[in-house]
Amino acid sequence: MTLSEGGSTPRRAPTTSRLSFEIPARTDFVSFARVVVAGAAELRADISPERVEDLKLAVSEAVTNAINAQGRIGRNDRIRLECWLGDDELTVIIHDHGDGFSTADIPDLPEPDHPDRLLHESGLGLHLMSMLADESEVSSGDDGTDVKLVVYSTRRRLST
Amino acid sequence: MHEHSSGDWTVLTIAGELDVVGAPELRQHVLRCVAAGHHHLVLDLTGVDYVDSFGLGVLIGSLKRVRLLDGDLRLVVPEPRVRRVLELCDLDRVFALHDDLDQAMVAS
Repeated sequence: MTLSEGGSTPRRAPTTSRLSFEIPARTDFVSFARVVVAGAAELRADISPERVEDLKLAVSEAVTNAINAQGRIGRNDRIRLECWLGDDELTVIIHDHGDGFSTADIPDLPEPDHPDRLLHESGLGLHLMSMLADESEVSSGDDGTDVKLVVYSTRRRLST
Repeated sequence: MHEHSSGDWTVLTIAGELDVVGAPELRQHVLRCVAAGHHHLVLDLTGVDYVDSFGLGVLIGSLKRVRLLDGDLRLVVPEPRVRRVLELCDLDRVFALHDDLDQAMVAS
């Protein structure tokens, strides 16, 4: 695990700290990943505990997706996470070497009171990520997928 | 996980994290209940402090299985965090959510 500081000059300019780490592509490490990210988020006093909880779940969903994406093609690479702590937001990037996916592939869910709603036991992860983070972005390519999640500080949420 | 009967209902008490690691145990337990002829289930999630999409999927699958057998499934979800996740996925409109076990048992 590495932690570095950058952009420290000039005085009063935005500062950014970067934390990066990797986990084995195993579901029993998902909780480890979310606890580390939550610890990074808690370094920012201006991110509320509720938003830290939201971020934990969003990160868990992204990491679980990453593990599954690699599992589908039999790859066992470690999942890499990067956290960027800015003055007004926390950005987390989850990178895998899986077969990629697009948000366009996610089927629309039937209305909750429709009987077919119960046919959809999976596919809620991307939905949750987009609902929980202030920004979410999925970039898939030949080398895997980057999922970017951003949670704003309370100050930035109030000003937007 | 704890199981007990109350009238026509079988109550499963679940604790911990209902996620990709913990939820498969619940799925197996529900399957055993259904196989044993218990089609009216209350899942007491009072002790659950975390749920992810995998856990939600297990809940949806459980409801589907008992409904196919003319059964029913009710959830006890007092924890605001867990309830919020259900609500974000509109599942508060799919499941009957209750604040405590007594309320779940007397609901019509």
